[in-house]
Amino acid sequence: MKTKTQPSTDRAIDISRRDTNFTSKVIQRSGVNINLCWHCQSCAGGCPFVGAMDYPPNRVIRLVQLGLSKEALASSGIWICVGCNTCSIQCPNAIDIPAVNDALREMAIEEGAVVAEPDILNFHKEVLHSIERYGRTHKFEIMLRYKLRRHDWFSDASVGLKMFVKRKLELWPSRSRDMDAIKGLFKRKQTV
Amino acid sequence: MQNKQLINLSYYPGCSLATTAKENNISLIYLFRHLGFDLVELEDWNCCGSSSAHSVDKKLAFDLASRNLSLAPPGRPLLVACPSCLLRLRQAHLELKNDPAACNRYEKKWEQPFNADLEILHFFEILDGLNLLKFSTENSQRLNGLKFVTYYGCMLARPPAMRREKNYHGLMEKILSSLGATSIKWAYSSRCCGTFLTVARPDVVTPMVNEIIQGALRADADCIVTACAMCHMNLEVRATLKQKIPVLHFSELISLALGLGKKEQGSWFARHLVDPRPLLKAMDLL
Repeated sequence: MKTKTQPSTDRAIDISRRDTNFTSKVIQRSGVNINLCWHCQSCAGGCPFVGAMDYPPNRVIRLVQLGLSKEALASSGIWICVGCNTCSIQCPNAIDIPAVNDALREMAIEEGAVVAEPDILNFHKEVLHSIERYGRTHKFEIMLRYKLRRHDWFSDASVGLKMFVKRKLELWPSRSRDMDAIKGLFKRKQTV
Repeated sequence: MQNKQLINLSYYPGCSLATTAKENNISLIYLFRHLGFDLVELEDWNCCGSSSAHSVDKKLAFDLASRNLSLAPPGRPLLVACPSCLLRLRQAHLELKNDPAACNRYEKKWEQPFNADLEILHFFEILDGLNLLKFSTENSQRLNGLKFVTYYGCMLARPPAMRREKNYHGLMEKILSSLGATSIKWAYSSRCCGTFLTVARPDVVTPMVNEIIQGALRADADCIVTACAMCHMNLEVRATLKQKIPVLHFSELISLALGLGKKEQGSWFARHLVDPRPLLKAMDLL
């Protein structure tokens, strides 16, 4: 079951151990100049999910600016972010914060960082597995495989059942035909 | 059905409309045929990559979206039903326009020239230019008396690079008001629905959805009208409040207003978790 994420303010961060290349690596990968951030916290104020994050968006940016790679990559904020763009549309400097989080997630996976929200990563893996298999997402199978990974069949079962009864979970997938082309896209070395 | 030549549009339904939100898909195709457009499904389309591909593998997200672009025949716009798919496809198109190296790779991979002029439209953009009342079978404002709030979710927020593109703010209100319904202002029109967190973190999404539903109830609306199938699903499956409020797809409500698909409507509404039929019957729409 979920343990509540520890509030970030309780944690002491040693800022003497910095990864000096980290900031530029994140800027390069995301294509976003995070040094434009002046920490007005509009993003944190507007984010609908901030309550579930350890670090709000601007603090993750601050961690990156300071070169604190371990803390940034292990933060739950980067996984909780769904990319709704509420933050970036409110940002006075038009910083594409979801794109920064995309980059940080890729780096977290590549560098084997602690994944603060393993369930969210598992969900993403199942969605990609489904696309690799059918070319499209097959929600029923995604849910089954996700549940199997967690060894958890009973939480949320009533919602699944309701959807099933209303035929919102199709038993059979909708498929693309040219699966060689689709599978080819997955052959490149995957990050997950 | 009008006796005129239908205009062909390429159509990208996306995974949600192809499966969980079939009622959204069917009502949309129905509506567009009535308006004079034939939605020709993009031959062999694949998932746009959804939230998951760009979350963990940007290159894969780009490739998945690109393949769809390569399937779009030239000379006609590509109509997209899902705001999230629209964003993915437009983002890939923008990247291909701005990055010659990416464009080169695309042309080699898909063995065809990149079509920089391909118009990728959300279906709202077509509706925006039409006087829908003229298409009503009874030529009357059938939605008279229906009080609604609109729910755009994250559709109105775009990444900074796409800020200058067309914004759909107010469009559902404008169209539904023209058909007689009464728009109510509320605070949650563009609050995110929680999207995929509904699977891994229902504990986060449930209170958010309840707050949105509560907002609609407080605004004294009869129903919530959604622009996106994902939002529609979350607002239905994650609401745990005792008091319920029907959530309708925009395409369904317009079809109702125009008096379309009378036979089919039963099967659309049977798929809703909060049955909208008592409301619609009371409004004399069913």
